[in-house]
Amino acid sequence: MTPQPTLPPAVRTDRLCRHFQMGTSVVRAVDGISLEVAAGDFVALLGPSGSGKSSLLNLIAGLDRPTAGTVEIHGKDLARLSRDELAGYRLRTAGMVFQSFNLIPTMTVMENVELPMCFAEVERGERESLARAALDRVGLAPRVAHRPAELSGGEQQRAAIARALINRPRLLLADEPTGNLDSRTGAEIMSLIVECRASLGMTVIMVTHERALAERYARRMLFLADGQLAGDEVNGATA
Amino acid sequence: MKTPDLLRLATRNLRESMLRNSLTTIGISVGVASLVSMMSLGVGLQRMISVRLEKVGFNLLTVMNRGSLRMGGMGADFSQASVADERALDEAARLEIARLPGVVEAYPELRFTGEFQFADATRHGMVAGLPDSVKTTDDFNNVKGRFFSSPEAAEAVVEKGFAAELLGKSVPRPGRGMLKRMTAPPSLDVPALARDLVGKELVLNYSERVAGANGAGGYSVAPRQAGMKIVGVADIDMQSRYARTGVFLPMKFAQGLHAMQGSDLRATSAPTYNMLIVRVKESGQVQKVEDAVKKMGFGAISIQDAMRSLRQGFAVFDIFLGVFGSLALAVASIGIVNTLVMAILERRREIGIMKAIGASDADVKRVFFAEAGAMGLVGGCVGVLLGWLIGRAINAGANIYLARQGAASVEVWYVSWWLVAGAIGFSLAVSLLAGWYPASRASRLDPVEALRYQ
Repeated sequence: MTPQPTLPPAVRTDRLCRHFQMGTSVVRAVDGISLEVAAGDFVALLGPSGSGKSSLLNLIAGLDRPTAGTVEIHGKDLARLSRDELAGYRLRTAGMVFQSFNLIPTMTVMENVELPMCFAEVERGERESLARAALDRVGLAPRVAHRPAELSGGEQQRAAIARALINRPRLLLADEPTGNLDSRTGAEIMSLIVECRASLGMTVIMVTHERALAERYARRMLFLADGQLAGDEVNGATA
Repeated sequence: MKTPDLLRLATRNLRESMLRNSLTTIGISVGVASLVSMMSLGVGLQRMISVRLEKVGFNLLTVMNRGSLRMGGMGADFSQASVADERALDEAARLEIARLPGVVEAYPELRFTGEFQFADATRHGMVAGLPDSVKTTDDFNNVKGRFFSSPEAAEAVVEKGFAAELLGKSVPRPGRGMLKRMTAPPSLDVPALARDLVGKELVLNYSERVAGANGAGGYSVAPRQAGMKIVGVADIDMQSRYARTGVFLPMKFAQGLHAMQGSDLRATSAPTYNMLIVRVKESGQVQKVEDAVKKMGFGAISIQDAMRSLRQGFAVFDIFLGVFGSLALAVASIGIVNTLVMAILERRREIGIMKAIGASDADVKRVFFAEAGAMGLVGGCVGVLLGWLIGRAINAGANIYLARQGAASVEVWYVSWWLVAGAIGFSLAVSLLAGWYPASRASRLDPVEALRYQ
């Protein structure tokens, strides 16, 4: 029996720290977190406000750089990437979904979804057909020419998911994706995320403060408190 | 990010803050318009003066004795000592100059005043001898009637103003003001003048210079009379070197009269020339011929000497106008910086979003650069148009004034294609330069901070 070659985990952090200087005091938003997330997993980051969930997610997303420690994504240390390489990582490897949707208000839904492909220099014709297909998948085909302000919250989040997935990332990072939605719409969005994870084979890391939501959809739950890992549970129901 | 996408994104962003960006663009337009109008005024004036100078004769060289040159050109040289060691500007010298490489011909400048009798009336006028070669120049290629049949013929071509005078018609004289002198008087009916004059007899009373009997210097002046036939009427441009001459005679015929010229006070027995006009094949060779003539010991001046100092003067003038014109553009470029810095504040979140979904620093920078460039380009084009309109308006104004003064119209304003291209290019360059700081500031924004901004 030859040993199976071990694939690197999708995400591995080692004594990861992110400290902020606030006047004379230092805020330890992330304070020595070491964790591993297997490829294809669905992990929920739970904790009260200010526990460091979003700061950890930003570090994994390559939007922020750690004060100390390392973040490795599929074996690649983000701290060693240049600003341009980090932008490339955000463009192709990590897709992000936010609580406040973060669509660009002056662009139509279609243009918002096309935007990451503009940065990736995809041909215009191909871009249009891919964006149309993605919007079709999230059920927004009839709304492509509308601006975000003309859409409901649920529709805006669908557009944001279509945009996050348009460059086929291996990692979907969601920061309170249902935080601004009513529970029924929130459930629809969660189903969509689960569906996309299954069809695209992505790893999903979702920040939430709703334990019920995490228990229902995530496979694993990581609990944070004061910037440190306070608990790690595998969810029996969906495991 | 590809260029077409970049431009689409930039124009979309510019449209979003239509009022502010329009105002900024108008600022640039005004700057460019001021630059264009200032520069085109400089160029226009330079052109106007150059064109006039060229009419006088760009490929001509005036040769005279150094002494007369020192005395102010037309002034007489009474100093025997200086004349003695100076070479005489005589027929031998003329032939030598005519043989210089590049010289087409060298002929004496022959001018004197005479008294003309025509139809029982007497009129004074300036007489000039003309070489055959002038019949192809602007001044004489449209003589009504005909040009001289031969260099020796007793024939005359009359200037239109003098022609009118001979016929006893009132002549509108050019004014004394600078503007009037630069422009032509209202036109006379040249063909009608020619109909009345051609074929008629004209009698010239003049003074002949008679060399002293012993041949050892000294001369006397004798009154003479010569008859000639009027063959044509010439429409001479006011800027021409022949502008103030009333009657033109064939060169050989005029020389044969041995008329006493204005400054002809030298006490030499051998016939010498006051002044020679040297026509050079190409204006580029004038300098070379001028140097050769000077080496022979004569004084020489050309229009190009005047042009050279004129050009230097205009270079300084143009720089002066350019600097003043650019001031408005410099102020406008501060407007661009201001607008784009404001746009960064407003669009901070949008920049954060773009970075979160994968825009690189360079992508963000390029978007702002493109916006600055687009404002510069549009502002430049509108500004050139505006500057051109201002130029047209001032031209029209100047010409209305000239028409009231009875002068012909002029082009004070000249917008050349290189000025148009240069102004648009300059506006684009200044705008990009102004966009540099906002663009690099936007590109350095921290995405986490930017996303937190509401």
